[in-house]
Amino acid sequence: MRNGSTEFVLDGEPGARPNVAQAVTDGTGAAFSLSDDGPARRLRRTWLDTFDWRLYRAGLALEQVAGRDTTELVLTGRDGERLAVEPVIAANGSRQAVTWPAQLGALPAGPLRELLEPVVGVRALLPVARAVSRVRRQRVLNSDAKTVARLSVDEMSVSYPAQAETAPRLSVVAIRGYQAQANRLSARLAAAHGIRPGATSPLEDALAAAGTQPAGRTRAIHLTAGMPAATALAAILTSLLDTVEANVRGTIRDIDTEFLHDLRVGVRRTRSALKLAGAALPDGMAARYRPGFKWLGDLTTPTRDLDVYLLGFGEMTAGLVGATHAELEPFGQYLHRARASAHRDLVRGLRSARFSHLANEWRHDLAGARRGRKRPTVGELAAQQMAVAQRRALRAGQRITAGSPSTDLHELRKKCKELRYLVEMFGSLHDPAQRWQAIRELKALQDCLGEFQDAEVQRDEIRAFADRMLAERSATAATLLAMGEIAAGLAVRQRTARQEFDGRFADFASPPSQARLSALARAARQ
Amino acid sequence: MKIFATYNIKGGVGKTSTAVNLGFLAASQGYRVLLWDLDPQGAASFLFRIKPRVKGGGKALIQGRRPVDAAIKGTDFDNLDLLPADFTYRNLDLLLDEAKRPARRLASLLAPLESDYDLVILDCPPSISLLSESVLHAADLLLVPLIPTTLSVRTLDQLTDFVGGFNGHRPDVFAFFSMVDRRKRLHTQIAHDLPQERGDFATAAIPALSVIEQMSVRRAPVTAFAPRSQATQQYAALWQEARDRAGLAAPAS
Repeated sequence: MRNGSTEFVLDGEPGARPNVAQAVTDGTGAAFSLSDDGPARRLRRTWLDTFDWRLYRAGLALEQVAGRDTTELVLTGRDGERLAVEPVIAANGSRQAVTWPAQLGALPAGPLRELLEPVVGVRALLPVARAVSRVRRQRVLNSDAKTVARLSVDEMSVSYPAQAETAPRLSVVAIRGYQAQANRLSARLAAAHGIRPGATSPLEDALAAAGTQPAGRTRAIHLTAGMPAATALAAILTSLLDTVEANVRGTIRDIDTEFLHDLRVGVRRTRSALKLAGAALPDGMAARYRPGFKWLGDLTTPTRDLDVYLLGFGEMTAGLVGATHAELEPFGQYLHRARASAHRDLVRGLRSARFSHLANEWRHDLAGARRGRKRPTVGELAAQQMAVAQRRALRAGQRITAGSPSTDLHELRKKCKELRYLVEMFGSLHDPAQRWQAIRELKALQDCLGEFQDAEVQRDEIRAFADRMLAERSATAATLLAMGEIAAGLAVRQRTARQEFDGRFADFASPPSQARLSALARAARQ
Repeated sequence: MKIFATYNIKGGVGKTSTAVNLGFLAASQGYRVLLWDLDPQGAASFLFRIKPRVKGGGKALIQGRRPVDAAIKGTDFDNLDLLPADFTYRNLDLLLDEAKRPARRLASLLAPLESDYDLVILDCPPSISLLSESVLHAADLLLVPLIPTTLSVRTLDQLTDFVGGFNGHRPDVFAFFSMVDRRKRLHTQIAHDLPQERGDFATAAIPALSVIEQMSVRRAPVTAFAPRSQATQQYAALWQEARDRAGLAAPAS
């Protein structure tokens, strides 16, 4: 059933708030009266989103609402319309509330999960705000004593991310077929003193009252070509350190695999920046920190590799032709055990003095580096490094023939990554449309090279896993044969990627594509 | 979406009271319910305090110039909507006669509401006409209120024979006793015996009670304003039998 809803905010301190009843009944034209609609309700509300606010960015809000007898999950769209409402039942069918953070798999299959899956992906849902609402409902009656609209006043006390009170919200929901009368009522309310239209959602109100905002991220760094390279680089690297640190807690708590992924992206970009542009930093800083970030990168690799395996495990088993899922099950269990062990090592590393020392010292030194020398400018540095990286990628690719070993393709992949990082790192120096086009072309080649290398690495790893499982006596012959089938599938994937490579590289090496990259490098100077 | 209809050729036997109370009970259990007040007298619309008026009248609805969806009004109760009566419904027979496949017209008008409602209840005027034929073709379950007399049972048999002659979709005829006067021996005897002898009778029977008559004063279903009354208990029992007989699945949430 569709209902239109109009939102208002009641201004003023408690005790001096506008009189809603008077605003409803006063005025000329249609006569309205009010009737209480049951006792006030107390609702415990928890808004859920992914760490990177995927739902909010998609114009969605997911809320767990616990009343006296029921707990529901409510998904609303941009205009506050309800897209799905489901009682909170865990995937195992129990009526116990789901413990957040949780993956979507913790919810039972149904319309809500179907709507969330494409947006949330592999991320977990975690509480982003908590509040208690006291909701008082009234009916608005016309001269026939027929209900034409429902009013509700919601007084919300926020408890997370900080304790705060919000201004009460007043909602007018038209009864179906009575929109015109509800509109007249809303116009009357809007004209009343101290009642103003509410333009924000309850989640936004809760966060604003708590002194924060949704999708709160580090501010984008805006570079200008004449800025000293050391200053620009220090700002970029500080932002990357922010990303790394923001993802440490989620990685340690193992909330979802994307925390580690994002942490690794931060580390990898830091390492690339140090390698490609580190000379612009003062006093051999880059050389001093490179081993530390290599250690951090290496620390995260085993867990991530196993995450990749486990994330693709369903797809791998779905492709089995000869073997059965049950035969592969011991391999899945082995991967889970290995992942748990790798994660324990990772947590130890992230909680170590070495890590905190690295992060603290790095932040401190970056702050000092901002006040470094004036030349080169970031424009000069970007133009020079991008031109070099472009040339290196082109040469590395041109050397590849049908008989080249796979190491040559891996080398090209590294060169492409470096070029891409440079384009992204110095992004704000470029025209966004040109940058987007260049990244798109580069990404097409990188995806192909990535597929080629991942298939090879995974094939090598599956052999190593098989050896270890054999040594541990945790695999039967049937399991090893099933793993062999997966290895064969990976070989096919690698061969397909190799066949696609020539076309992808030809696109990248084409004069228009190269001219676009060269133009980006030149433009960085200006 | 299931379609129930309350129907009897006679007037004043409790069709509207049944439609309104069963609609309320279904809605309070979480079913999304639409009640269509097809009677130009508009008793169901009156009970829900909704003006018996449809923009463009019955003609616009039957001819499809105005979607049924646009004429629907929300009642004061959650999950319960009403398609109001209109005085022009007195001409629905003529309008249907002009329409293509008149006996199937109501079913095709309701088809677009399939995803919006779990249950539609048609409250029919007392007559035997092209409109009632169209109702019989649309309905899954035909609820026939009968005053416990020998003559009314004969009327039921005639109706069952009539429906039995339909090609294709036939409603399940489900009778129940209404306005049962416990002081009359004949009433209590027929109301007791017939449901045991025949498979098309509900065991629930609606008594003749003044609290049911108060509906027109209170302008609300008795099941809403007197939830503990004997009338409510019997309507609840009837609703449960009707729901089970029609195989209406549990509401989505």
